[in-house]
Amino acid sequence: MAAGNVRTAEGALDLPAILKDCLMSALVVFALAAPIIGLRTIDTPGGLGIDYRFDDVALAVLAGFVGRLLVNIYWAYGGRRRPPAKVDAIKGDSFASFMKKVGLYGGPVAILFAVAMPAMPFADRYVLDVAILVLTYIMLGWGLNIVVGLAGLLDLGYVAFYAVGAYSYALIATYFGWSFWVCLPLAGVFACFFGIILGFPVLRLRGDYLAIVTLGFGEIIRVVLLNWYEFTGGPNGVSGIPRPSFFGLNFARIAPEGEQTFHQFFGLEFSSVHRIIFLYYLILALALITNFVTLRLRKLPIGRAWEALREDEIACRSLGINPTNTKLTAFAIGAMFGGFAGSFFATRQGFISPESFTFIESAVILAIVVLGGMGSQIGVVIAAIFLIGGTEVFRELEQYRMLAFGGAMVLIMVWKPRGLLAHREPTLKLPPTAKAEAKPLAGAGGAA
Amino acid sequence: MIGIFDDPRIATGAVSKDAPLLQVEHLTMRFGGLLAINDVSFSAAKREITAIIGPNGAGKTTVFNCLTGFYKPTTGRLTLNREGTLFYLERMEDFRISQEAHVARTFQNIRLFPAMSVLENLVVAQHNALMRASAFTFAGLFGLKRYRTAERDAVERARYWLERINLVDRADWNAGNLPYGDQRRLEIARAMCTDPVLLCLDEPAAGLNPRESLELNELLRFIRDEHGIGVLLIEHDMSVVMEISDHVIVLDYGRKIADGAPEAVRSDPTVIKAYLGEEEDEELPPEIAADLEKKTGGEA
Repeated sequence: MAAGNVRTAEGALDLPAILKDCLMSALVVFALAAPIIGLRTIDTPGGLGIDYRFDDVALAVLAGFVGRLLVNIYWAYGGRRRPPAKVDAIKGDSFASFMKKVGLYGGPVAILFAVAMPAMPFADRYVLDVAILVLTYIMLGWGLNIVVGLAGLLDLGYVAFYAVGAYSYALIATYFGWSFWVCLPLAGVFACFFGIILGFPVLRLRGDYLAIVTLGFGEIIRVVLLNWYEFTGGPNGVSGIPRPSFFGLNFARIAPEGEQTFHQFFGLEFSSVHRIIFLYYLILALALITNFVTLRLRKLPIGRAWEALREDEIACRSLGINPTNTKLTAFAIGAMFGGFAGSFFATRQGFISPESFTFIESAVILAIVVLGGMGSQIGVVIAAIFLIGGTEVFRELEQYRMLAFGGAMVLIMVWKPRGLLAHREPTLKLPPTAKAEAKPLAGAGGAA
Repeated sequence: MIGIFDDPRIATGAVSKDAPLLQVEHLTMRFGGLLAINDVSFSAAKREITAIIGPNGAGKTTVFNCLTGFYKPTTGRLTLNREGTLFYLERMEDFRISQEAHVARTFQNIRLFPAMSVLENLVVAQHNALMRASAFTFAGLFGLKRYRTAERDAVERARYWLERINLVDRADWNAGNLPYGDQRRLEIARAMCTDPVLLCLDEPAAGLNPRESLELNELLRFIRDEHGIGVLLIEHDMSVVMEISDHVIVLDYGRKIADGAPEAVRSDPTVIKAYLGEEEDEELPPEIAADLEKKTGGEA
């Protein structure tokens, strides 16, 4: 579409071009609206029937035409056309420097806020529940960030490890009655083990091929969970998963024989929010551990090797870095954090079924990593708040919620194609003080 | 290195100290019906720059790819002698050649890690030493002193090479933002950070201006003389080859056609033939001969 050519070379209004532009827009609206708005299924006595709503389609097309006309008029009289590249760059720079500051100082502020949040006046049960959900996705995003953001391995089946973690806790707890604190590390170990099992055969693949295989692996895990009825309960899932306890104190209203509950021990009035707050701090701690371990690994040789592998695998080979082992560690560590998050999910829900581990979950987690800016920790936080919290904000819009949400995502990706926080800080900097004995060497060779 | 089972890739003991650093014997590489390298044998010594030259498509880069494990040669033996231990490179995986035999290389099209800083590029090259020092990440994770010292040493080694290639001021730049000539030198410095005994450079002077070429000559001489390692060099720029190499090997159509000192190779008729084509023996048609006569006569 010749968007924006509203004036001819002489400066007069180019009416045919404007009209063509508006008609094209109307045509696009028609193509979209005809099936979406024009057809509606209704119950008829004989079964399902189709109701046609041509007037609504006509209205939508008219709206598209008039809307485009208004845009053209805006362009024609004083309005700025598509912003020139220069303006874009300046705007981008100031935003980039702002985001750089967010990346540097945002972390501690965000942690302080997260720690203080349950004590704030607006933190009712609903807010805490949403916060727990957001934190779970932040943790998953951080876990996947190791695999996708640092090591550059496109993993579309990350939810498989989440499922392994959730089911290993749920099954061990219901079959053997082991406590959450024993099962949590076990869930991580199991997920890590599955990561290695998957990783060995597939890590020779690159890019798209790896994505397809991991996608398949994610589905395999889900289908196995769905069909292994005797062991996993199939589509019925696992219910009655025990809740975590606070150093042996549970959060029930009435303690079982010979035990104390949390509120009795601390002499508090019973409140169901106590358990929510406890879960909130639990996931906050797990997420922060994930973050600190990732930040630490990034500054270690293994983390630098991951990033080098993302940049150029062949160069890595020529430097003696074993690519298979390096990728495998990224895969296994990422999977382990997925497993931790999964067992938290199981204990929080009290019930899990394969429905919670569909491909869309993998897609959302990947979207968080990509939207946040690959490899950026703070970016994951912002993206998770936007993606998970955003769907809650848009809840008022009812059926148009996902539409609004999708539109917002498209806008962000147009505006920041490399993610919200694309800036990368080097993992180490050259210390300024040169050693005295290194100086003469610089002069000796004379490579000016 | 020596386990219960002898590693077939490595032979120890009973090696003469005078054995050449690298011995290539009957190297042949076949891609389907194409014979890229045909029975090439040569050797490269320590403290020497050995240049491999030849017209385009002669098989020079294929020799490098066989040496560094990116290709498995069809036949042939590639023996590297590192302090009396023999490594049979044709039996080793690519990353082990760098890790164990300490052969480093650079690439014809630069392969840096563009989104990482210059310093990080040099530290990544010391990956294996740092991994050992960090006890495969565990010591590093808890910030033990042993790892911190190793990392400081790695940074100091990087600084040493940054000073050599005049990039100290740009240590924290992204490698991808450096000018082309700096990227070339950084790639050489990165290869040197792996502590090699043999450095293979694939067209290091390609795309450099004359001044940068001179700096490169200085750098390569420094590497040879101060670090005492062998340098294997593929190059088209004859000002570099003739200036600094101690030994020149000429390949053409996958075969070795000359081998010797630069002066000898320069005047070798087979080499001139390979580069400039054969001299025409036949009589020229009379009208052209007359034209040529007239022209040369006029100039004289």
